[in-house]
Amino acid sequence: MRDTLILGQAFRGGGAVDPLGAVVALTDDAEICGCNGVCKGKITGAIAAKGLTSLDDVRAHTKASNSCGTCTGLVEKLIMATIGDSYNPAALQPMCKCTDLGHDEIRRLIVAKGLKSIPAVMQELEWTTSCGCAKCRPALNYYLIADWPGEYEDDAQSRFINERVHANIQKDGTFSVVPRMWGGITSPRQLRAIADVADKFAIPTVKVTGGQRIDLLGVRKEDLPAVWADLNAAGMVSGAAYAKGLGTVKTCVGSDWCRFGTQDSTGLGVRLEKFLWGSWTPAKVKLAVSGCPRNCAEATCKDIGIICVDSGFDVVFAGAAGIEIKGTEPLCHANSEDETVEIIAALIELYREQGRYLERIYKWAARVGIASIKAHVVEDLSKRRLLYERFVFSQGFAQVDPWQERVNGKHAHEFAAMAEFGLPQAAE
Amino acid sequence: MTEEWTEIGRLSDIPRRGARCLGTPFGRIAVFRTVDDAVFALEDRCPHKGGPLSDGIVHGTSVTCPLHNWVFSLETGQVQGPDKGQVQTFAIRRDQDRLFITASIIPAIAAE
Repeated sequence: MRDTLILGQAFRGGGAVDPLGAVVALTDDAEICGCNGVCKGKITGAIAAKGLTSLDDVRAHTKASNSCGTCTGLVEKLIMATIGDSYNPAALQPMCKCTDLGHDEIRRLIVAKGLKSIPAVMQELEWTTSCGCAKCRPALNYYLIADWPGEYEDDAQSRFINERVHANIQKDGTFSVVPRMWGGITSPRQLRAIADVADKFAIPTVKVTGGQRIDLLGVRKEDLPAVWADLNAAGMVSGAAYAKGLGTVKTCVGSDWCRFGTQDSTGLGVRLEKFLWGSWTPAKVKLAVSGCPRNCAEATCKDIGIICVDSGFDVVFAGAAGIEIKGTEPLCHANSEDETVEIIAALIELYREQGRYLERIYKWAARVGIASIKAHVVEDLSKRRLLYERFVFSQGFAQVDPWQERVNGKHAHEFAAMAEFGLPQAAE
Repeated sequence: MTEEWTEIGRLSDIPRRGARCLGTPFGRIAVFRTVDDAVFALEDRCPHKGGPLSDGIVHGTSVTCPLHNWVFSLETGQVQGPDKGQVQTFAIRRDQDRLFITASIIPAIAAE
């Protein structure tokens, strides 16, 4: 295992004389896919036995590279090493098996042809299936909501269950609930309400998250609206922990408490979260604001980070601390909170408009280039202003607490059985 | 043999390209409605890791399990693609807006 990891890393670093040498040297029992426990022998065996020729084939038959995708490069090398030149990864990756078009082309056509519904996109762009699949429908729903704010009507049935019921599905079919704690700040009243909810609904696990919030795990789907009603009553709204949208804004205590704090990092974090919440983005967006370069909020591995300094605010972006670990890139220095907020909103709007569905900010930045992003968001003030204004316009339709809506009866069908026969299923 | 039917609700109770559940003592049954108003009833439990198929995305006459993306035919309950597995299907009938499921789901329970 350790050897495999080391070999894999060394290989990914590139520069080897024979680019396939490292994978060829691996033994058959070397683990390639850590998510699904798939070893090299199973992959090469399936390629040979079943005549697999594409990454999708290998994913379907072996499950390798089918979850987080970290091992995709290794799996592709194994395909090359096994079948040689007949492996020809398409230059253009279609969005899914329902179309030959890629994400960028579909999105361009949505705007150019004024396509404003999923059926319109599928008809005009000649989808090969009657109503798409679980891959293209959420992507199209996102593109339409981002490109036609206020005009497109969200299609709940094209959203993954988490975004349909505004909670995170767990392995046993129960859900987890994370209320927003603006900038990571809470209060005795909120904490009492959370404790009361956990008691009242017999919620089995209460956990502190990595984003300075509290996660209630193991909530039954039918209890969700009642749980939210109690949290709403204590002033809490959905934390959107389930969303391809704004997640957390982590902060340190900054100049409020810290003897080293140079700016009000907590206040800026709260302000940013209150301004940005509710926005839908290609993938989740996490921010952090640190009050000084000691960086206790760990802003330099976030999608967007701010490091407060005595002279203002250093804005950084395109970090990652998940499948990949990557420090942020510098974006610019801002002199005021107002300027910082405008730059960040413009950056998020550019990402909303250019990012491919499920592509995190660091991947989008690598694809389009840091320089191009800086040109839009930092150097060209009129472009920045227009991006900012488009973001603000879109927020006018996005900032509605989905929990409150459902407490008030929206999508009630999601939370109740159509009929019950015999004993209630809770007896299981 | 004449089939016995039990009324379970209305077509309009289920969103198009969506599902609702029936609670039974042996587990949930998912009732699916396709984009063109066909209805199907399947055991609401993915044979892979027990995922609730009723929470999946419905496309054509298929549903994708929300846990690990296994795809099932609503018509046969058979898993699609190279994965192996099947969920039980139940006879379901629509009369205008009214939906009926085979009453055998009830004796089936009594017999167990």
